[in-house]
Amino acid sequence: MMTAPSETKATSKSRAHNWLDQRFKISALVDYMGHKVVPVHGHSIFYYFGGITLFLFIVQVVTGILLLMYYRPGADSAYESVRFIVSEVAFGWLIRALHSWSANLMILFAFLHMFTVYFTHAYRKPRELTWLSGVGLLALALGFGFSGYLLPWNELAFFATRVGTGMAGAIPVIGDELLVIMRGGEEVTGATIGRFFGLHVAILPALFTVLLSVHLIFVQRQGMSEPLEWQHLPASQKKYQKFFPNFLYRDLLVWLIALNVLALLAVVFPDGVGPIHWPLGTKADPFAPPPPVIRPEWYFMFAFQALKLLPPHVLFIEGELFGILLFTIGGLIWALVPFLDRKSQVNQRSRLYYAFGYVVLAFIIIMTFLGYVAE
Amino acid sequence: MNDAKPTRRSFLNYVLGGGVLATLGSVVYPAFRFIVPPPSGEANVSQLKLPFKRSDIEADPQRARTFKFGRTLGIIVASDAGELKAMAATCTHLDCTVQHRPDLGIIWCACHNGRYDLDGKNISGPPPRPLERYVVNEVGEDIFVSREGA
Ligand code: FES
Repeated sequence: MMTAPSETKATSKSRAHNWLDQRFKISALVDYMGHKVVPVHGHSIFYYFGGITLFLFIVQVVTGILLLMYYRPGADSAYESVRFIVSEVAFGWLIRALHSWSANLMILFAFLHMFTVYFTHAYRKPRELTWLSGVGLLALALGFGFSGYLLPWNELAFFATRVGTGMAGAIPVIGDELLVIMRGGEEVTGATIGRFFGLHVAILPALFTVLLSVHLIFVQRQGMSEPLEWQHLPASQKKYQKFFPNFLYRDLLVWLIALNVLALLAVVFPDGVGPIHWPLGTKADPFAPPPPVIRPEWYFMFAFQALKLLPPHVLFIEGELFGILLFTIGGLIWALVPFLDRKSQVNQRSRLYYAFGYVVLAFIIIMTFLGYVAE
Repeated sequence: MNDAKPTRRSFLNYVLGGGVLATLGSVVYPAFRFIVPPPSGEANVSQLKLPFKRSDIEADPQRARTFKFGRTLGIIVASDAGELKAMAATCTHLDCTVQHRPDLGIIWCACHNGRYDLDGKNISGPPPRPLERYVVNEVGEDIFVSREGA
């Protein structure tokens, strides 16, 4: 008699389960999850970086939709509407701060995620396409950063966008056309805001969602990459934990921590801190000269600084063109690394690609450092 | 009869493939043309009367004013010798707006520390080309700026 209530609960649970199972075959999924394991080793912490990036993206979607309720694109309204959000709307400052903070952290964790995957050679067979989709996601994330930067239509945004689109304009053959398409004319104007807005809230989110789904399906199908050293380990020495529920619980705990850190940062530094900041500043004035210090966001700083250091001409080609060429080639090698790195395909470390990774990392760090200190 | 079959099949394939391509093209082409904006007006302005006077330029702390010249920006600078020099204000590097630095006696681009002399010649930093020079004519109080050769 005493056990009756729990019995009914159990049956009702299984009834719901049955109902779903008959329609969607969920027991196969539950079974699959039950068998999935995650390797446990000294670098297990790397497995959380992708998840944190995903969480920050979700925050971006939610806060972005909220900002959309008040933001009005256009040369006469953009700046005013952002000002309205941060000064009049209840918690408007918080939503903007969260959106900006999680944007910056998302890019940071995407980079961390990428470099840890790179240096553990986790891109090797069978994860070539997972890597490729990840590189695509990072490119889209940078596109989000670039297009979102202009939207408040302040001085800094205006000039950063002029220089950024100017870079596209320096590409041979298609440059001029590309610049006009990006700017919606020959100059950065209200038309440019319209385009960047469309990109930021419709085109990029659509592409990102598709690519993200692909990326996550790949990751689910392939499971977590095992470290290279495990090749030679006897099975008895390999440790695993269950994906469900053990790893998932940990993942959720990390998300909770991320949420708290994010909230703390947004409340204590609503305008950002140090080089990572987004003051509303003064409204963009196309006739005014740029402010003495113009800076892109920190994740574009290395490219910005490298272009600054290049002489006007390198071997008969213009400096900026040389820089763009260099970045294009570097980026291409980076994206195609799983196909180029023959050694990792047969589960061997490859010195060459470690070295390449360190060169890229050192280049980014040194240029970023110079960009902030050399002023 | 035997070799007629593959020919017919490949013919159909061409027709089908061509049809698919044509369909795609007719969808993509208008969409692409749509995102290229139509040219905005007053592209070929060759002469302009500036909406301010010499005294306005000299009174400016930077001893310079920017103005809209056709679709682009121009800058007019009063040199120490009292000469007026006008040129395009768009940096030849990556399109920032240049400014006059009377303290350094140069035209300066803040974006990547590009430097030009007052004749618009690039002297240091990344800019690869000089700024386009404009001709300045003063008629009484009025200042006229025109493109070279116009
Ligand atoms: S845009 Fe002027 S120096 Fe780069």
